[in-house]
Amino acid sequence: MSRTWVTPGGVHPPENKHQSVTQPIGQLPIPEKLIIPLSQHIGAPAIPCVEMGQQVLKGQVIAQAAGMVSIPMHAPSSGTISAIEHRPIAHASGMLAPCIEITTDGADTWIEHEGISDYEHISPRKLIEMIGNAGISGMGGAGFPSAVKLNPGRQRPIDTLIVNATECEPYITADDSAIRERAGEIVEGIKILSAILDHPHHIMIGIEDNKPEAIEALAPHVEGTGISVVVFPTKYPSGGEKQLIYILTGRELPAGKLPADEGMVCINIGTTYAIKRAVIDGEPLISRVTTVTGDAVGTPRNYDTLIGTPVRHLLEHNQFNEQAGGRVVMGGPMMGFTLPSADVPIVKTTNCILAPSYAEIPDDEPAQPCIRCGMCAEACPVSLLPQQLFWYAQAQEHDRLEAHNLFDCIECGACSYVCPSNIPLVQYYRAAKGEIRQAREEKVKSDHARDRFEFHKERIEQAEREKEAKRAARREATQQAKADHAAAANGSAVPSAAPSTPATAAPAGAVPSSSAADIIAAAQARAAAKQASPEDQRAKLERTIASAEQRLKMAEEKLAEAINDDSGKQDKLSAAVENTRQKLEQSKSKLAELAE
Amino acid sequence: MAFKQVSSPHAHAAQNTAQVMKLVLLATIPGLVALTWQFGWGSFINVVLASVTAVCCEAAIVKMRGRSISFYLGDYSAVVTAVLLGLALPPLTPWWIVVVGTVSSIVVAKQLYGGLGYNPFNPAMVGYVVLLISFPIQMTTWVAPLALLPAGTAHPGLMESLQIVFAGYSPADGVTGATPLDVFKHSSGLLVDQVYDREPLFNQAMFAGAGWEWVNLGFLLGGIVLLTQRIFTWHGPVGMLGALALMSIIFWDSGSSSSPGSPLMHLFSGASMMGAFFILTDPVSSAVSNRGRLIFGILIGILVYVIRAWGNYPDAVAFAVLIANFAAPFIDNYTLPRTYGHTDRRRATEKEEG
Amino acid sequence: MIELIAQNPILAALIALVGLSIVFGGLLGFAAEKFKVEGDPIVEQLDELLPQTQCGQCGFPGCRPYAESIANGDDINKCPPGGQSTINAIANLLDVPAPELDAEHGEESEVKTVAYIREDECIGCTKCIQACPVDAILGAAKLMHTVIADECTGCDLCVEPCPVDCIDMLPVAETIADWKWSIPAKPGQMIATDRRGEVSPAVQNEDAA
Repeated sequence: MSRTWVTPGGVHPPENKHQSVTQPIGQLPIPEKLIIPLSQHIGAPAIPCVEMGQQVLKGQVIAQAAGMVSIPMHAPSSGTISAIEHRPIAHASGMLAPCIEITTDGADTWIEHEGISDYEHISPRKLIEMIGNAGISGMGGAGFPSAVKLNPGRQRPIDTLIVNATECEPYITADDSAIRERAGEIVEGIKILSAILDHPHHIMIGIEDNKPEAIEALAPHVEGTGISVVVFPTKYPSGGEKQLIYILTGRELPAGKLPADEGMVCINIGTTYAIKRAVIDGEPLISRVTTVTGDAVGTPRNYDTLIGTPVRHLLEHNQFNEQAGGRVVMGGPMMGFTLPSADVPIVKTTNCILAPSYAEIPDDEPAQPCIRCGMCAEACPVSLLPQQLFWYAQAQEHDRLEAHNLFDCIECGACSYVCPSNIPLVQYYRAAKGEIRQAREEKVKSDHARDRFEFHKERIEQAEREKEAKRAARREATQQAKADHAAAANGSAVPSAAPSTPATAAPAGAVPSSSAADIIAAAQARAAAKQASPEDQRAKLERTIASAEQRLKMAEEKLAEAINDDSGKQDKLSAAVENTRQKLEQSKSKLAELAE
Repeated sequence: MAFKQVSSPHAHAAQNTAQVMKLVLLATIPGLVALTWQFGWGSFINVVLASVTAVCCEAAIVKMRGRSISFYLGDYSAVVTAVLLGLALPPLTPWWIVVVGTVSSIVVAKQLYGGLGYNPFNPAMVGYVVLLISFPIQMTTWVAPLALLPAGTAHPGLMESLQIVFAGYSPADGVTGATPLDVFKHSSGLLVDQVYDREPLFNQAMFAGAGWEWVNLGFLLGGIVLLTQRIFTWHGPVGMLGALALMSIIFWDSGSSSSPGSPLMHLFSGASMMGAFFILTDPVSSAVSNRGRLIFGILIGILVYVIRAWGNYPDAVAFAVLIANFAAPFIDNYTLPRTYGHTDRRRATEKEEG
Repeated sequence: MIELIAQNPILAALIALVGLSIVFGGLLGFAAEKFKVEGDPIVEQLDELLPQTQCGQCGFPGCRPYAESIANGDDINKCPPGGQSTINAIANLLDVPAPELDAEHGEESEVKTVAYIREDECIGCTKCIQACPVDAILGAAKLMHTVIADECTGCDLCVEPCPVDCIDMLPVAETIADWKWSIPAKPGQMIATDRRGEVSPAVQNEDAA
């Protein structure tokens, strides 16, 4: 028996696991409709590759992985695609998300598929590809694509493979019963993983001591394989990845690091079964063991459930008594989330459907004030100060929350569980995390907007500068022309008739062809027009100046009046006067320029 | 089918605030029994009177704030404060002392700061200190312990005690007397052994001070029960008692005429045990982390000894606790626990690096 | 000399005080120089806090000019997109009391919006393109324009110039990816009429506010 370490904190809620293991894993009739959400994992949602009305076979790809961190989806049974639209899914928000609906034909016809038994001689890359193509993501909770987790290209080799069979949440027995009935296949799956990871030194199956039957079932299969089954005392939440790593190795995963950074891979035991099916049998992940339990269902037990089965189907086949309880939970009583309706489908991470009666889980008592009793800090498995986090979350002090390591909270619920004041602590942390994340995103967005604005301004200024430069160049050119003209007309005794002289003087020597003459004529006309306009401009400017002078006079009179009355309008009026005066001055200076 | 939408966790432990408070109340019973046995009915009357006053004050304030009275009274916190204050006050003290103290505790120290969970100072100790400063004579007149009563007399009975408390009757001669800490403080110039020889309070006692040792043992018993029930952690009480013992050993001075007293006397006299297990464990006004609570307890232990030995007051738990309450946020700032996956402890005001 | 001082307590006190103030003043001055905290210039910090919508509702052409103006003593409550939280943050930075939002510059809106051009009505006048402070509208003269939704700050500066009123400010819909839990109602806020397990709308509003 290898050594285990003890995590701080933790709680011992009533286990309630015995109810659902009295019977073996059952099979449900194929539901009429299967609803497959495109996002059942961490990463990009899959992209549908089927059309409405298309016939699909069991195991056929219906949506493809979108990029590296994504997984494809397969038809869990044969039938017709009857909808590709937004449906309620298993998410705490109760919002809709894109799903593919299959109307099953009941024939359950498999697509052609083939596995390989000789995995030892296949390259790890090929095996990982098989796992990726089978649409396998972590089946413990988070749903991280397994192929990505196993992918090489990491900094250091993997020396420890940890298989998580802890199943520390009360009520859930999906892994327990799977091990009891499928220990051989599970160990086969672990061996495939070992081959992929180039046979790590330590391969451990971590399991709590409340599953003696499962431990016994594993024993004959692991003998002589180098896989050790490590049993440790039951305590919630030992099954958290970070907690399990500490319990089995005594090492803490540094904040912000992945197990692979530390040379470890941690994988759920249900996933190892799926990996075996994918590699040896060539079957994609289209079903999983799900516990249906709680006093509001007639017969709590485990089912091998097709992905996409509506929860309603499970409940109806289990004599669900809607009046008995107030909520239906997907997952366990500590970390599971309530379902908005029974139309939500089972997904790859659904290990339990819990329908408790009011006697088991009554409606929440109203929260009382926090008295900082510290029971939450005693229960916290990562040594946070939940009571302080609660105060800061209430006050929305984000800096303090981050200083108190809010983002190391694993939302296990141990603090809320022990809180004598019934404060929904975890909800506070989730809300605070959401707010901080949103603030960070907004910060990124606003920085981006600032950059774009600066660039926009820069561009406008640039354009302005260019325009100004052009104007200056043009002015210079005219002056140059004038000077030239003056020089040319120097000898002439008649310096008047200014408008026409340059035009006649310019083409004086050269008239090569008629077309050229046309152009020249046009140029002459343009030049004439240009020359004529200064006079117009002058007249216009003079008019402007006259009217501005008039206005200035009036404004000044008004201002004087206002000052006498002390009507409080002086500021505005004096600004207006100033304005008018400036305009006047501008016009005058322009006039002077023209007059030159 | 539409189901209720709530955040996890869905399961809850059975214990709630009211039950915690009730346990604390039950744990005071050994101390109250010892007090009644050794000093007569006075403490019992204090406790009942203070509780009634506290409940009335709390109800009045909650009503004024427009909140649900049954909801707020149901947490028993007002009663706990009142019981602790009643236990701390001298037996047979006039009724208005008790009432003034309770009103200060509940209205000023607790509700004016926002009610349960928001008070920066221990309400019972605020009430106690208000009384100690305002009415020093009444607050330093104690009843003589059972062993020291003149031969043939007994503590006044329940009816007589009520008359003393409410109608201002004077107790019989020899019923009132000083406390051991008081006696010790006013016996300068004598060796410790001489004081013990001369004063019946000490020579009638087993190890610390007649009557008082029993009261302290009672509170110790109640405190240990709470500790085993995990109502609080060991850090605060052990910190305080350890610091108090250490200080009294360091300055014991082998019982010279300037010795401030023996460790046993300090641990089992006055309000030491009650303070360690019932006062400084008030979670609202203490430090929050375990390390913080240890430091908080040590601070109180040192302050208690310093004031007892070199200050003006014979006992000092109330002052020490209030001073430490001031320091609690500061202690919190430096005593964050080390979170999983982090190599360093952080300060509460520090920002994430990088 | 010493005798004189000893006999004049007032003089002694004066000398002591002056001496002390020189010593401590020197110390403080030294510390201020030695441990000087190099901070961002205040304009940078203010600009960080502003929402960068560049909407101009404050009366300045963009967020940075307003930040500069605040640094020169302008009111801090002229930014409707930032709303009360921005005002509070600025007040916190400048260590001044936080005023209410100045209604003259507009009202804080609850929902974020993004501009949307009804493309079949667009005549391609480019007026909105010129109005956009962050270049978030694409298009050319006499050709249909469109908004790059990701770049739009929701400033609505493009709505006014449009001659055919084909620009709408649409609320940004919450998606499953950015959904977040809400802070629960404050504990211990039950009022007399509440039954157990329910919180009155009044209290909810109070908390929402």
